[in-house]
Amino acid sequence: MTLFLQMDDRAWIWAGNLLYALAFCIGLFCLLQSRRHSPVLLFILVAFGLVLQTTGLYLRGLEARGCPLGNPFEILQFVVWSLIVIYLVIGSTFRMSLLGFFSSGLASALGILSLLVADWDAVRRESLFGENVWIELHAALAIFSYGAFGILALTSLMYLLQTYSLKHKKLAGLFNFLPSLYQLEHMNFRLLVMGTLVLSSALVIGGQYWLRDLDRVDPTKLLITIGIWTAYTTVLVLRIREKLISLPLAWTCIALFLVALLSIPPVDASRKPATAPVETATPEPRNFPFQEAVPVRRSADTAR
Amino acid sequence: MNGPLHMLGASHHTAPIEIREKIAIAPERTDELYKRLKTIAGVEELAVLNTCNRVEIYTVTSRPESRDRLESCFCEFHGFDRETFSRHSSWLEDEEVVRHLFEVSSGIDSLVVGETEILGQVKASYARAREAASLGPVLNRVFQKSFQAAKWTRTHTGIGRGQVSVGSVAVDLAQKIFGELERCHILVLGAGEIAERTINNLKSRGARSITVSNRTFERAGELARKLVGCALPFEQIHRALVDYDIVIGSTAATDPLFSRQEAEEVMRRRPLRPLFLIDLAVPRDFDAAIADMHSVFLYNIDDLSELADSNRTARRAEIERCREVLESKARHLWKNLRLPRESPVRDRV
Repeated sequence: MTLFLQMDDRAWIWAGNLLYALAFCIGLFCLLQSRRHSPVLLFILVAFGLVLQTTGLYLRGLEARGCPLGNPFEILQFVVWSLIVIYLVIGSTFRMSLLGFFSSGLASALGILSLLVADWDAVRRESLFGENVWIELHAALAIFSYGAFGILALTSLMYLLQTYSLKHKKLAGLFNFLPSLYQLEHMNFRLLVMGTLVLSSALVIGGQYWLRDLDRVDPTKLLITIGIWTAYTTVLVLRIREKLISLPLAWTCIALFLVALLSIPPVDASRKPATAPVETATPEPRNFPFQEAVPVRRSADTAR
Repeated sequence: MNGPLHMLGASHHTAPIEIREKIAIAPERTDELYKRLKTIAGVEELAVLNTCNRVEIYTVTSRPESRDRLESCFCEFHGFDRETFSRHSSWLEDEEVVRHLFEVSSGIDSLVVGETEILGQVKASYARAREAASLGPVLNRVFQKSFQAAKWTRTHTGIGRGQVSVGSVAVDLAQKIFGELERCHILVLGAGEIAERTINNLKSRGARSITVSNRTFERAGELARKLVGCALPFEQIHRALVDYDIVIGSTAATDPLFSRQEAEEVMRRRPLRPLFLIDLAVPRDFDAAIADMHSVFLYNIDDLSELADSNRTARRAEIERCREVLESKARHLWKNLRLPRESPVRDRV
């Protein structure tokens, strides 16, 4: 109990991400033995991981006095969080086989990577437009849409794998447990609609403020954001008009998600660091939470 | 005088489906083949086994050059290249023939080891040979004993245990593509037994919308009534293809019924819905080039059989045991096989 009370935000996030990794490993172990893993066990592990990660992000939020999206580490953790939330909703509603395995794999990969790269959590960026709740909502929705696009990339990958298995007549192992093409095609469409709508809402909300004070908006961020939105909207329109379907659609969704992920560092770098750095109250571990803690400086969010 | 026992044939072991479909014997041409083979000098007994996985000619001949003559006659009958046939065929003699027929009848030699359909096909071929009055004491006995051997295998070994049918593999594949089969529209071309079994498998997993089409509309109607589906005139299949998700081909057509161009046109009109083509026919009903198309999944009888037999490793011990028993039974029969005007064959050999 004392250990839990002593854990700081990163430790909680570490614990959550390790649970995602554990869920992935259990799924992988079962697949290597050509047997179906228990979806309930995976679901419970992932859900418990989400609780721990949420606790960590909540502690970060208290410190930042807002949605913790101040640096690449926090943005990636929020993407992971969104991805898991969407998986838990979709997984329990549509009972899509192997989605938990793939989701926990991607979540743990992104999450642990962001925890291991110390530089990504060294500085917290200045928040635009101060503590405005609508801007917080804009940012949160935009990152949440990345979660939806992350799951879309996973279902697209599953679609590619299932098509490969059916075309090449390889049905053993992992291929044996994949959902049907019909289910994956429909899920891809739903997630594409959902992600694009959420991202559009985020842009509409953000646009209200950008238009009022264009000088405060960095053109790099604006261009990248609008570029990603345009790309996903174009894909959605083409899908509705049945011009982009099946394999090309799946490849496009995976490629776009990679582009979206790669756009995070430049977008983050385009924001100004907070102006008055202060010592954090507690020493913060940079890597594993139970390693020897090294005090570091993190920029104060003075703009808020 | 009766001569040694021979078998000339090509099966899935020696010839790929591209060759087998060219040498398959259309039912309406079987009589003609029997007539031609009977004219070969020295052929005293004759039986032709023709299934989707093999074409085999069993003979009792008195002349050593009979292989050449049989090959020539068969290739001439089909207009098939002799050299290619030689490369893809096998020739067995005497005891080997007995053992081979035992293994064929028992399902040991089948693509899906342990399947039972083959026994019915061997019996049908035997009946056909009797009708053609081409059987004699040797082939009669060998075939009869092969039926007994098949029965013994089925009763005393676990060769069929854990075996998966071609139909159930097809249904598994359909579920991998469409998920629930309730909303799938299924078209069956031809009214063959395997197609009927496959449809029954699909129905047992929820398929409801079934249409049957056959060159003989009455036969299609009959099967449609049996399957609680509807019948479609054969002339309309090309126009109707766009409405179906799963198409099962099991006709005796000698050329493909659907070309790649037709399939491309169909997919242009239904881009979002995949198409699953199950080709149970030899010669094949669907152009093989269709398999390369996006969202179209084409499986022929060899593909399905290989998948059905994927648990063969688990049954290897039982297969070996069967093979040993059948070999000893074949040896016993060969030693005691008496020819009409002679002592047992072994004395002569």
